[in-house]
Amino acid sequence: MSLTFDDGTFIRSELVTPLPPPKRNIGAVAWMRENLFSGVLNTLLTLFGIALLVLVVPPVVRFLFIDAVWEGQNREACLGPEVGACWPFIKAKFSQLIYGFYPADQRWRVDIVFALGAVLLVPLMVLDWPMKRLNSFLFFAVYPVVAFVLLTGGNIDLSNFMLGHAGVIPFMSGTDTVMGLNPGFWLDYVLTALVFCAIAGGILALLGGNAMSAARGVGMFFVGLGIIILMWDFDFGLQKVETRSWGGLLVTLVIAVTGIVTSMPLGILLALGRRSHMPIVRLLSVIFIEFWRGVPLITVLFFATYMLPLFLPSGVNPDGLLRALVGVALFSAAYMAEVIRGGLQAIPKGQYEGAMSMGLGWWQMMRLIILPQALTLVIPGIVNSFISLFKDTTLVLIVSIFDFLGQLRAAFTDPNWATPVTLYTGFAFAGIIYFLFCFGMSRYSLFVERRLNTSHRH
Amino acid sequence: MADLAQATATRSRTSFINDPKIRSILFQLAALIIIVLLGWDFLQNAQENLKAQNIATGFGFMENTAGFGISQTLIPYSESSTYGRAFLVGVLNTLLVAVVGIFIATIIGLLVGIGRLSKNFVVRLLSSVYVELLRNLPPLFQILFWYLAVLSALPGPRQSISLFGEVFLSNRGFIVPRPVFAEGTGYVVWAFGLAIVIAVFVASWSKNRLEETGRPLPTFRINLGLIVGLPLIAMALTGFPVSFEAPELKGFNFAGGVRVIPEFIALTVALATYTAAFIAENVRAGIMAVSHGQTEAAHSLGLRSSQTLRLVVIPQAMRVIIPPLTSQYLNLTKNSSLAVAIGYPDLVAVFAGTTLNQTGQAIEIIAITMGVYLVISIITSIIMNTYNRRVALIER
Repeated sequence: MSLTFDDGTFIRSELVTPLPPPKRNIGAVAWMRENLFSGVLNTLLTLFGIALLVLVVPPVVRFLFIDAVWEGQNREACLGPEVGACWPFIKAKFSQLIYGFYPADQRWRVDIVFALGAVLLVPLMVLDWPMKRLNSFLFFAVYPVVAFVLLTGGNIDLSNFMLGHAGVIPFMSGTDTVMGLNPGFWLDYVLTALVFCAIAGGILALLGGNAMSAARGVGMFFVGLGIIILMWDFDFGLQKVETRSWGGLLVTLVIAVTGIVTSMPLGILLALGRRSHMPIVRLLSVIFIEFWRGVPLITVLFFATYMLPLFLPSGVNPDGLLRALVGVALFSAAYMAEVIRGGLQAIPKGQYEGAMSMGLGWWQMMRLIILPQALTLVIPGIVNSFISLFKDTTLVLIVSIFDFLGQLRAAFTDPNWATPVTLYTGFAFAGIIYFLFCFGMSRYSLFVERRLNTSHRH
Repeated sequence: MADLAQATATRSRTSFINDPKIRSILFQLAALIIIVLLGWDFLQNAQENLKAQNIATGFGFMENTAGFGISQTLIPYSESSTYGRAFLVGVLNTLLVAVVGIFIATIIGLLVGIGRLSKNFVVRLLSSVYVELLRNLPPLFQILFWYLAVLSALPGPRQSISLFGEVFLSNRGFIVPRPVFAEGTGYVVWAFGLAIVIAVFVASWSKNRLEETGRPLPTFRINLGLIVGLPLIAMALTGFPVSFEAPELKGFNFAGGVRVIPEFIALTVALATYTAAFIAENVRAGIMAVSHGQTEAAHSLGLRSSQTLRLVVIPQAMRVIIPPLTSQYLNLTKNSSLAVAIGYPDLVAVFAGTTLNQTGQAIEIIAITMGVYLVISIITSIIMNTYNRRVALIER
């Protein structure tokens, strides 16, 4: 439509329909001109990159799939001029890579532990799943105890507790057991608990505080500890499996999960300590955190393996895996503390003041107001430190604990499978496993970061 | 009066233990007492255990003869040297890996980090694959891969891969020509030092001149000419005292030349490429943190693109990049202790490994080893904090 005035002036009221852009400016060709070949340097880089892809990708695919050997009983199958990956080698060593030398007829216990871990971890990771509190209690408190009993067989030998150890009631320590439980030990335990309750209540009563609540607090602690020890001590009729015969992915996951489970509470305490107003507590926390963060994990493992036994009373000789676990736990707690401190610092001061004005005490304020917010903020950071912890578990092979990588290295030396491709097959398999774990976790951390990051959208 | 009496009565009912100040003092005292008791218990146990196992204490062992050989020594060392000397060799080997690794990692990390922001799809894809692949595999796995799968698979010395007939690559390592210093080398070194001193003066003078007159000098080119030129002139004057002795294949091995052991190559390459993946992410984050408005403002002030990059974008990106970069450098240095897995003679392998096995003095040796790493960490963090204070945004 157009307007025509009386004097014949013509004013167009509609725009001419625009012509489509020239062919060379749209579509795949234009995109390539724009992005891949926009200049001399860019063109060279593109060509170089494509050449690299052509050089690397086809041989890798050929090695892993096309030329690979899938069936075979021994090295004969994988000998030959143009042979790719020797998958029968992995098949033959598979159970060793997963369980180490765990007795074959007891491996169902490991399977249950794996399955239980997955069942508890998946709902914990799905953000919308309800009952997070119960779930984390199950994963962080119950699961380790159950896993310990299942993996080691439980029924630890206990002879005496603190009073017996101190020589106050020597007549009680004996070796007779009822259903795996040592009555002498448990009598000692109950008496010790009562003595501690009385001491705590007494001190508070002297100072004019609430004696009953103090005694109850100490009592609750001993009851909790008692339940855990009871579980470990009770004879469930499981065969004992020494940690020496553990190995493979089992050890890798045991170290990773122990590191995660212990580093969370320790890290929270250390982070709170570092943010505390009490100078001595703050100093101790800072020294602890900076010391472990300043040394490499290997020296920590050496420390745990060679130095720690010297500091313990003679006769107490924890096994190699436990020593390594202590080292890993202390090390990862220091890193976790710094991640959590980041979250604590991000909480505005108003939240603290609001909590205090509601009349909450310090622990209540932290438990109900500050920590839930701070921990949610740093979930990506926590997952990232889990990734590095998972990668660091490989280091235990240096102190002769056969984790997944250590087991793989041992498998290389088997003359039954000595072929030119064994080494590459093993590295390819281990690489894929490690990559899947770490890459999966890093994707998850990115996803959580995006989900929780609501502030920048508006 | 009645109010006051009532107030006193209420106060007397709450115990002094509910006073936050007294509470915190009590709590700290308890913490301190527990720590001291634990430490004392540890000390007692350690003394008993050491006595029972017949292990000597003290640092006297540092003077004893080590009696073991080390495959790579930067300072003169033999089997008859002391443990103290072995310790020094270990520290230097650790530092060598750290310095070379950091140098390579920075270059790769910078290139890959910029590559991840490239408009070129192929470059972006390759950079992303590099970062995701390398940082999601354990460093120890990568070291073992380089050592067992790559370097051990190289041909023996007789069939070694040769570059220009001067450099040889075989499963015995990397063999490069050995520089031979004849008389007069000292002058060259002096010339080099002099060039650096002059370059510093030129830089500060040209900066002053720029601020006074507004006319820039090509400082970089002048200084490059000085630093390369002066030693070259000195060399020419003294008759080229530095020559290279090419390695030669004799029998089953090479004679002459310097051998870089395969353990060193595997460790350095693996750590450098691994750390580079993290550095790339830091670089990317740093560049992305500089808002586009800065670039536009710089352009509107009339700065050219190269000047914008050099004077506006990079200084601001550096503020974001440097702190995580330093912690990556520290990580690389600490990860160099993985050397013990492939037998590279670093501090941990030589000292916390062999020396500990021979002397059994776990407490002293592990304390010293940890101490070395702690000192490196502390020095780095002091430098870092000073730098951070200098570049931190000063807000109103």
